[in-house]
Amino acid sequence: MMYQNACSKARLLQQINEVSFAIDDLLLYLDTHPCCEKGMALYRDYTEKRKKLMKEYAQCYGPLTIDDAIENSADTWKWMEQPFPWEREGGCR
Amino acid sequence: MWNYEKRLQYPINIKTPNAKIAQYIMSQYGGPDGEIGASLRYLSQRFAMPNRMATAVLNDVGTEELAHLEMVSTIVHQLTRDLSMEEIEKSGFGPYYIDHTVGIWPQAAGGIPFNACEFQSKGDPITDLFEDLAAEQKARATYDNILRVVRNIPEIADPIRFLRAREVVHFQRFGEALRSVQEQLDSKNFYAFNPDFDMPCEASCKNN
Repeated sequence: MMYQNACSKARLLQQINEVSFAIDDLLLYLDTHPCCEKGMALYRDYTEKRKKLMKEYAQCYGPLTIDDAIENSADTWKWMEQPFPWEREGGCR
Repeated sequence: MWNYEKRLQYPINIKTPNAKIAQYIMSQYGGPDGEIGASLRYLSQRFAMPNRMATAVLNDVGTEELAHLEMVSTIVHQLTRDLSMEEIEKSGFGPYYIDHTVGIWPQAAGGIPFNACEFQSKGDPITDLFEDLAAEQKARATYDNILRVVRNIPEIADPIRFLRAREVVHFQRFGEALRSVQEQLDSKNFYAFNPDFDMPCEASCKNN
């Protein structure tokens, strides 16, 4: 069970990284091609997916960004407890 | 204003420390073509851009560079975490260790501290955008130099390849931003004036 949890957490984070990267790249592209309909449609699609994934992650594993800091039902401040992205799993460094 | 996310733009998970390679890679944090310089260059230059497109490209690329400096410092941190004293002494990491232990500090691979003279902000959009194109190529060349050293270590080479690819994309976007500024210049007076200072162009800013 523990293993499965860790596994889906990692998979969810990977999905977030993937859609977020598509958005990072489309953002720069649209800055110089603001009338590209295909680019706009992709951007709309990816941002919708990203919003859903970010909320799901916050509800299951804690917030990745302060906009989602109170998405889960915990009554303590989870944002501070979330690991920083350079840390080794289970450690603080 | 910025919003922080507790994740890297591209994941990094380095398990084997390597002090020598850490010393090479830290150059892309605080070195002459590093990510701190890139970020400060674009975020400073954006104030003098004459149209919305060029300002947006500088703003958004400058923001992405913040994510890149976090990636490079993560690589250096993970490569120096759990180093033995023996490896510190024999790898050539000693001088850095004496001043910073294994903390993250912005310097070039050769030990020169980061300073703002590594970039310009000239207040002239054509001048600045040409510098930005060169800056992306210099950073790309540095990542190529690093890749020749780390090509057989996938946990390091992977994120470095990602960063290298972003330099190529940014070069492309800066080229488009430069074209947008050049197209708004007076053709009889192409390089004779500073389009920001002498003759501000408001073409794409009307009604906004």
